[in-house]
Amino acid sequence: MSGVPMLEIRNLSVKVGDRPILNGLDLAVNAGEVHAIMGPNGAGKSTLAHVLAGKAGYEVTGGEVLFNGEDLLALSPDERAARGVFLAFQYPLEIPGVATMTFLRTALNAQRKKRGEAELTTPEFMKRVRDSAARLGIEQEMLRRPVNVGFSGGEKKRNEVLQMALLEPKLCVLDETDSGLDIDALKIVADGVNRLRSPDRSFVVITHYQRLLDHIVPDVVHVLSKGRIVRTGDASLALELEAKGYAAFQDEAA
Amino acid sequence: MNAEVAHIRTAAETALIEAFAKADLPGGGTVARERAAALKRFEREGLPHRRIEAWKYTDLRSLMQEAKPLAPPPDAKAIAAARTAGAALAGVPAYRIVFVDGQYVKELSDVALEPGVTVTPLAMALGGGDGDLLFAENLGAAVDDPVLALNTAFMADGALIRVAKGAVVSKPLHLVFVHSSGTASAVFTRSQLIVEEGARVALLESHEGPAALEYQVNAALGLIVRDGAHVSHVKLGAEGDGALHVATAVAEIGARAEYRHLTLTLGGAVTRNQMFLACRGAGSDVTVAGVNLLRDRQHADYTLVLDHAVGGCASREIFKSVLDDESRSVFQGKIVVEPDAQKTDARMMTRALLLSDRAEADHKPELEIFADDVQCGHGSTAGALDPELKFYLMARGIPAPEAEALLIQAFVGEAVETVRHEGLRDALMAATLRWLAERGR
Repeated sequence: MSGVPMLEIRNLSVKVGDRPILNGLDLAVNAGEVHAIMGPNGAGKSTLAHVLAGKAGYEVTGGEVLFNGEDLLALSPDERAARGVFLAFQYPLEIPGVATMTFLRTALNAQRKKRGEAELTTPEFMKRVRDSAARLGIEQEMLRRPVNVGFSGGEKKRNEVLQMALLEPKLCVLDETDSGLDIDALKIVADGVNRLRSPDRSFVVITHYQRLLDHIVPDVVHVLSKGRIVRTGDASLALELEAKGYAAFQDEAA
Repeated sequence: MNAEVAHIRTAAETALIEAFAKADLPGGGTVARERAAALKRFEREGLPHRRIEAWKYTDLRSLMQEAKPLAPPPDAKAIAAARTAGAALAGVPAYRIVFVDGQYVKELSDVALEPGVTVTPLAMALGGGDGDLLFAENLGAAVDDPVLALNTAFMADGALIRVAKGAVVSKPLHLVFVHSSGTASAVFTRSQLIVEEGARVALLESHEGPAALEYQVNAALGLIVRDGAHVSHVKLGAEGDGALHVATAVAEIGARAEYRHLTLTLGGAVTRNQMFLACRGAGSDVTVAGVNLLRDRQHADYTLVLDHAVGGCASREIFKSVLDDESRSVFQGKIVVEPDAQKTDARMMTRALLLSDRAEADHKPELEIFADDVQCGHGSTAGALDPELKFYLMARGIPAPEAEALLIQAFVGEAVETVRHEGLRDALMAATLRWLAERGR
């Protein structure tokens, strides 16, 4: 592994309107690592995810975010995606009228084009989708529907992991991917994520609950409170949190 | 109720009245009398203007500054140039019936149709003293509209189509209307489609012409869909960017019949499409959809009056507009449920997507319900593209212009989906994509 982290967040401060959400957050994620970010409601978890993906409405008031040494914040969301940043949405959106296959293909080819790669042929593309979908238990019938329309919560999350598998990002940010999932669906989604783990791919797994981390075992666990990382440890920190609750850690932050 | 106000004739009104006196229009007897009566009405009331409620948002008196001279018969060059007309729908195998400058052109049209379908050019019917054919059904009499009256006064040609009882026409009939790139002239066409009991047919209309020419089109269409018949009707409005296009459709739908209509308008400087539709028999199923794709200073109006005269009929109306620059889209939809029309199921939805803060959408949905056991509803929205959806697409690597195009396509798609013919749906979406591609430039 090279000395430069894949993702390096330095002293990041972010406001929404007049409200500061992130207050000098530091985080470094090396290639191949899985970092979990846990924290109570309002700690800034989703803000972090959105800022990494480039969503509008957040004002960065200080600090920087480097992705493989490049200033990530200077890039548009689609440019970030083409560089290899993927956000699995907490609430994947329904897009009536846009066929899932069209969506997947447009996304994949747009990224390939931006990277100077050839577009996939239809048979190649179909094969990739079918293989990934089969592993996630996504039926062909679902792929024929418009994006996420009429999907259950679990199906939407599986569809996010399908997109992740197809787009082969370098950095996957999972924003509360476990929310709204029952145990079986959680396992399917976690298995899907685990299959993508590789020495050159990193994950930032944002979650409220420890249970997802039983399935996606992190290398590093961070506790986020009031817009800063207040504690960092190994996987056992998640268990400690589960036992003690967030309140104990919030006091540390104070 | 109002005191008679003598109105001062505009230049356009005067020119029309003078043109009528000089014009050599086909048909004698009944037809001549109808023409004269229609012109009388016009002399009295003139062009419709904003103080007439139905024309409030499309003030024709001010939008139509002058009346162009009646189009002369097309010359050989104009006919040759029209060979490729209707290309946007050319991917759909169809019987082509071609009109250049409002005149039927036999050499460009399919004349060998199939059993059960007859097409008679209006000029030929009127010239042969067969005008009663048109006025026997006299749909126009049911509708008192100034633009339709003007059409009656000046109609010169068109297609009179009859589909025999039980006939299932194997491919669509495509009425191709093209304006030649000569002088800016005025064209008045009147067509009629009568679909007898249990018959099935698809009617396509395409209207096109050269850019930067201020020609004028007044097209009228009578539709009679008898009991148990199924009619699919698609109109593509792709007039040149200087054109004024006003069109009136009058439809009567019989019992257990199906009528599905979609108008896609993306051309023309000023367009007014109006449809007067009546459900005359129980158990019919009607869909009227409209899409306006507008930019620059284009103005397009779709006005629908749908009369549920009898009970047990279902109607769906879906109108979508995508508005860029300083364009303006008008949708007026009035659903009338008459006292005996119990168990009517009528729903109307109008949505506008504003791509520019200078664009304007005027929506006027109206329900007039006189029956008490009905389900009726309407909805109307106007707004910009959903930034959340756009972000979702961009987060997957899709650049902003493509993300917008996908969302606009999806928005339009909801209306286009109402068309059952797959090839036709594809052609309409392809036209939408071309419009979007031009936007990206």
